[in-house]
Amino acid sequence: MLYGDPPHREEPNVKYMLLFMSPTTTDGEIVDGCTFEDWIRYDREMKDAGIWVSGHPLQDLTTCTTVQVGASGERTITDGPFAETREVLGGYDIIDVPNLDVALDWAARGPGARGGGSVQVRPIAEIEVEV
Amino acid sequence: MVGEEATSSVEAVFREERGRLLASLVHRFGDLDLAEEVASEAIEAALVHWPTDGVPTRPGAWLLTTARRRAVDRLRRDRVLATRLAVLQAEAERAGSAPPADADRDLPDDRLALFFTCAHPALPAQDRGALTLRFLAGLTTAEVARAFLVPPATMAQRLVRAKRKIREARIPFRVPGADELPERLPTVLQAVYSVFTEGYAASSGPDLQRTDLAEEAIRLARILRRLLPAEREVAGLLGLLLLIHARRAARTGPDGEVILLDDQDRGRWDHGMIDEGRGLVVVALTGRPPGPYGVQAAIAALHDEAPDVASTDWPQVVALYDVLLGLVPSPIVALNRAAAVAMRDGPDAGLALLDDLADDSRLNGYHLYPATRADLLRRLGRHDEAAAAYRQALTLVGTEPERAHLRRRLESVTTD
Repeated sequence: MLYGDPPHREEPNVKYMLLFMSPTTTDGEIVDGCTFEDWIRYDREMKDAGIWVSGHPLQDLTTCTTVQVGASGERTITDGPFAETREVLGGYDIIDVPNLDVALDWAARGPGARGGGSVQVRPIAEIEVEV
Repeated sequence: MVGEEATSSVEAVFREERGRLLASLVHRFGDLDLAEEVASEAIEAALVHWPTDGVPTRPGAWLLTTARRRAVDRLRRDRVLATRLAVLQAEAERAGSAPPADADRDLPDDRLALFFTCAHPALPAQDRGALTLRFLAGLTTAEVARAFLVPPATMAQRLVRAKRKIREARIPFRVPGADELPERLPTVLQAVYSVFTEGYAASSGPDLQRTDLAEEAIRLARILRRLLPAEREVAGLLGLLLLIHARRAARTGPDGEVILLDDQDRGRWDHGMIDEGRGLVVVALTGRPPGPYGVQAAIAALHDEAPDVASTDWPQVVALYDVLLGLVPSPIVALNRAAAVAMRDGPDAGLALLDDLADDSRLNGYHLYPATRADLLRRLGRHDEAAAAYRQALTLVGTEPERAHLRRRLESVTTD
């Protein structure tokens, strides 16, 4: 570290959700070029680093169902959404790290960041409830 | 009189030390808002005490100590804030561990980390220059608003939003490691450069504070140069700013009208500044392949070294634009290259290159494309076409002095 700077403050970590957005064909099929092994390796790296909190891959959009509740409480249940989106949420991980630079580094190492995919990095809102 | 003297010296100290003070406070407490508030309180305290007690021998350290005490008081009152900002560390601060001061100044220099926070790529590009001006140049929010020609309320809102992102997304206050630097330094340089170009976007007539803005950018670039002496692109940036700013006195006529490079009285250029800039170009171009700021500085140096337009080393200018185009494949660089080719090989050659750029949508709405074309057509005596191109440029141009310049050129091709 040429310009390294030792930490002067011990700050609590922040949890970030990494949302893996995958490019899809018009049929909703994910085409990110990642193999199952890529994801297994990434998963293991996060766990070995002790930063992984939780996370899951998601089934593809053909299995998705949308629910909305109207003003008078009636439920509308629809199949989808489908093909109009070119990027779909393919999975997520929640990690516990010191700051955004570290979170972005983990996001960039994820297989989903390549091959036309992208990773959205969002801090978890910690709501403190008075007891 | 003692009071007045102390007041003006408080302002002078604050102006000079504000960036350092804020950086030290952010470094210790990790929060820009808290740093801003207690820095202001420390200044207010100085305004009360210094006129009667005299200016302390180490004014910067006095301000920092006062601000830190205020911050600790505030953290003790505000539990939520304290939890967020690691109260334990603050308590340790209160126990009185003095910060390491460098030899010739009375405040430690934590500004480099703050540069990287303010220009973090996770922040909107348009806010990075504003944050840098606010926190490192020490301008007030109203002054930053004036710098970017937006209403103060708009700027205040933008700064609040940016600070919220820094806080909530935990954009760190740290200097990136050597391996990250190639990726992270460009946004810092860009933030400073954007302050400079903002200063030049309308530097004329009554807008005298715009020149101040260019000088603020140079001051920021000088600070960066001291903090990152091994980074050649920092030398390139400072060199570029100096080599352009050296022409400031010749850039406008008596009525505030724009005078382009070709027509400037080169005797009015600041030759001391040019010499300093040329020295930095040597630094920027020595060693590994140069970066974009170093190359642009080298181009500016070729202009500054030439006694007039005709004797400018145009083949070398074109060669440097070739290098720059390889580093920054932008149509604006290609446009500038075409203008240089026109000087080397004649207007026809430049015009042919401009025609190649005609379909590039990224130049849509950019007034210098039709303006450059118009100048070449004028030089070829194709006055009707030149007039049409000047008229097109006039529909796109943003600033009044440039508009006046284009109108004069339009007249010159329509009245003879």
